Amino acid sequence: MSTQERTSAQRRLAGLARNVWALIALPVISIVLALLVGVVVILASEVVVPGHPFDVTLPFAAYRALFEGAFAGIDPIVNTVRAATPLVLGGLAVGLAFKAGLFNIGAQGQFLLGALGSVTVGVALNEASPFIAIPAALLAGALAGAAWGFIPGFLKAISGAHEVVTTIMLNYIAVAVIAWAVSGPLDQAGSPSPITAQVGNAALPVIIGHNGHLGALVAVAAVLAVGWLLFRTTRGFEIRAVGANPDAARYAGMQPRLIIVVTMSLAGVLAGLSGATVVLGVTHYMTASFGTTVGFDSIAVALLGRSSPIGIVFAALLFGAMRAGAPLMQIQTQSLIPAELVDVLQATILLFLVAHTVIRRLLKLRGVKAGLESTETIARTYGSESVG
Amino acid sequence: MTSDVQNVQAPALEMRGITKRYPGVLANDAIDLDVRPGEVHALLGENGAGKTTLMNILYGLAVPDAGEILLDGKPVEIASPHDAIEHRISMVHQHFMLVPVLSVSENILLGEEPMSGPIFVDRSGAHRRIRELGKSFGWEIDPDQRVGALSVGWQQRVEILKALYRNARVLVLDEPTAVLTPQETKEIFAVLRKLRSEGYAIIFISHKLYEVLEIADRITVIRRGKVVGSREPAATNEQDLAEMMVGREVNLTVDRGDSAPGDVVLSVDELRVKDDRGSEVVQGMDLEVRAGEILGVAGVAGNGQDELVEAIVGLRRPSSGRIRLDNDDVTHAGPRQRHRLGVGFVPADRHRFGLVLTFPLTDNFILTDYYEPPYARGIVRNEAAIDERAIRGIRDFDVRTPSARVTAGTLSGGNQQKVIVAREFDGEQRLLVLDQPTRGLDVGSIEFIHRQAIAKRDAGTAILLVSAELDEVLELSDRIAVVFRGRIVAIRDGRTADKNEIGILMATGGSEASSAPSSPAA
Repeated sequence: MSTQERTSAQRRLAGLARNVWALIALPVISIVLALLVGVVVILASEVVVPGHPFDVTLPFAAYRALFEGAFAGIDPIVNTVRAATPLVLGGLAVGLAFKAGLFNIGAQGQFLLGALGSVTVGVALNEASPFIAIPAALLAGALAGAAWGFIPGFLKAISGAHEVVTTIMLNYIAVAVIAWAVSGPLDQAGSPSPITAQVGNAALPVIIGHNGHLGALVAVAAVLAVGWLLFRTTRGFEIRAVGANPDAARYAGMQPRLIIVVTMSLAGVLAGLSGATVVLGVTHYMTASFGTTVGFDSIAVALLGRSSPIGIVFAALLFGAMRAGAPLMQIQTQSLIPAELVDVLQATILLFLVAHTVIRRLLKLRGVKAGLESTETIARTYGSESVG
Repeated sequence: MTSDVQNVQAPALEMRGITKRYPGVLANDAIDLDVRPGEVHALLGENGAGKTTLMNILYGLAVPDAGEILLDGKPVEIASPHDAIEHRISMVHQHFMLVPVLSVSENILLGEEPMSGPIFVDRSGAHRRIRELGKSFGWEIDPDQRVGALSVGWQQRVEILKALYRNARVLVLDEPTAVLTPQETKEIFAVLRKLRSEGYAIIFISHKLYEVLEIADRITVIRRGKVVGSREPAATNEQDLAEMMVGREVNLTVDRGDSAPGDVVLSVDELRVKDDRGSEVVQGMDLEVRAGEILGVAGVAGNGQDELVEAIVGLRRPSSGRIRLDNDDVTHAGPRQRHRLGVGFVPADRHRFGLVLTFPLTDNFILTDYYEPPYARGIVRNEAAIDERAIRGIRDFDVRTPSARVTAGTLSGGNQQKVIVAREFDGEQRLLVLDQPTRGLDVGSIEFIHRQAIAKRDAGTAILLVSAELDEVLELSDRIAVVFRGRIVAIRDGRTADKNEIGILMATGGSEASSAPSSPAA
């Protein structure tokens, strides 16, 4: 009997390992393949750029520098976390929408509006107590992002307007809104170029190392909150059900339209907080051309993390590490390898992820999870228009 | 048939000792199967018995843990559908593998495009060949027709042509008749007989006993992954085969007993409903279902049954008319409100309305009650109560599953349907709407679901049964309503109804005089 129990326990463990591998295989393989492509790119660039002896070990030197810049010591690790923070929040904004079957390309616009909302309140409260200024500025960022997420959700619910189209348009509008606000009402008098005042006391305090600000904790709290919402609450069940099978959800008495509006608004909250942590934690002010690619990188993060909150944390840390390590890589290779190599790596990872059917066939992977549900969402939302 | 001659011939295909284990189940346990040229070999078994796994192995979609496949006596390796096609093995799947937006010829050529040069597809040559192939069966095939615009029966013919176009000689048909009307079934059988006479080796998968007896030269029955026996049709009968399949005695007809109808539970007045394209497909229906009776709705598919059912359960808004449940007007109530008033629903399309296939069984068991205690406290899910619910449902309804945590999509059709039935039959239902409740199921599951329905009726539930299988309606119904073009053209007593008369009413709608609903004949 006891041996039988042990084998059944072993079998369960083996089953668990299989399940985990099935889940992480594609992301891990995509990362490895992207790093290999990076090696090829570096070697090719050596051939193209004249005046240097060809060095076969350069890719490895570059990767070592990248790794050291991201993980070797407290400051590099803090930098990694700091770069990962907005990506975690943005990744959640995209991933949550994926769970409801929505492709939120608008994370970038929601991010920008969140940044604008928090800088507006932050500047207004820059001499108030931090205990008031910080929560108020974060809240303003969350609400501004929520508003920017609500619009496409609402449009989809009432008219079926596709979120891919509306969020892309709203991204452009967000850029214009910021340019107007920063060069108009928020412009600090006397500055040569449009720029807002500093957020002062609303700035997120540094809690670790030289520049590890409070935003990391905001991101951790958001991960826990989203995980709890999705998997422990009835609301999350509704979101997942609407994403997985809207017809069955409707029969079960759920209201897909309402869920769409709620989910897009919540996604806006997360992306808005992402923008808020950048403004309040890193830049402390905004320029008229304030822009990062956080909102777009978040899509890659959500895909790499399979839309799961935990997966998103790992994916964001990876991308954050590449951002944090890139400057050291550039320095140590005497600028032979520019920091932009990490953009190539990121894009290549994404490419392999999306091409998962090809990878599965080439590597003869069986039993690996059929695909990323999120890429199926992309295919579905791009391909066929429907929500009646 | 000419089995003496065939016995002499060597098998075209042999599968030896095929074993396949999935986590928690032994799907195939040392299965031997062979098929000779010019033979239809039927593979019979319940859902989940391992038929599909075996065929997936043959077609290179799954890798066996043990066993070998021989073609003309030579072992072959089939690692992918591509290999299978190379070895001239073709499969017509139950769910067609066609691209609806492409034309007939594009579907047939897909992956095998004949080139007239380095760049261009040899369209006209291909079209000619397809037309000729079709003609050999007496089919007028238009290669440019979009597949999505074809009827199900014609789509199946395209699948068969696709197989023949690729020079298949071993043809596997996975439940080819599940989606066909009786007329189309006859036609497909004629095709199979012709293919057999031309020397094709055909594996015919089904769980419809009378079909297997009609078409097969040999019948092999598998149960729980094992071959339980082979028979020649002349040496067996439906009862014998059913018992081999299920492993115990089965009653092919349920003893429905007497009904004791009570008060009217569901009443539908002058109901008009439009379909998705906006045409009125339910054109003024009246019907009543009483507590403790089964009202069967008989009709050829597409005469407004789907829309009627959707309107009754709250998934579709009627354009006019009234629906009452006991004394409540529920015409404009949503599905949840009706569910709370005691309406259960077994949908015809279980993958669409019945289940979330990517969710575990646990979540599917609480799909309609997830927001209520004990499954939720406030907005927080109570996992313990949810698990308990699933375990109870799995036990009471004999759902064959390795665990409650596997996703619904991994179960066989019969077991998926049992999950839905377990969910919808639970509790004190006032009304159960059963839309094609046994479509695509095996005898064991059909018997089980029929018994459950009778038990519910005897407990005082009103049951509305919609089915395209006239036999099912006749077998279960206390009263039968015949629908034709969106109207109820006749109501008959279930016990005394004449099958021929109902069949004619289904096909023609009867005379104009009977277009107004009449009271039961008895």
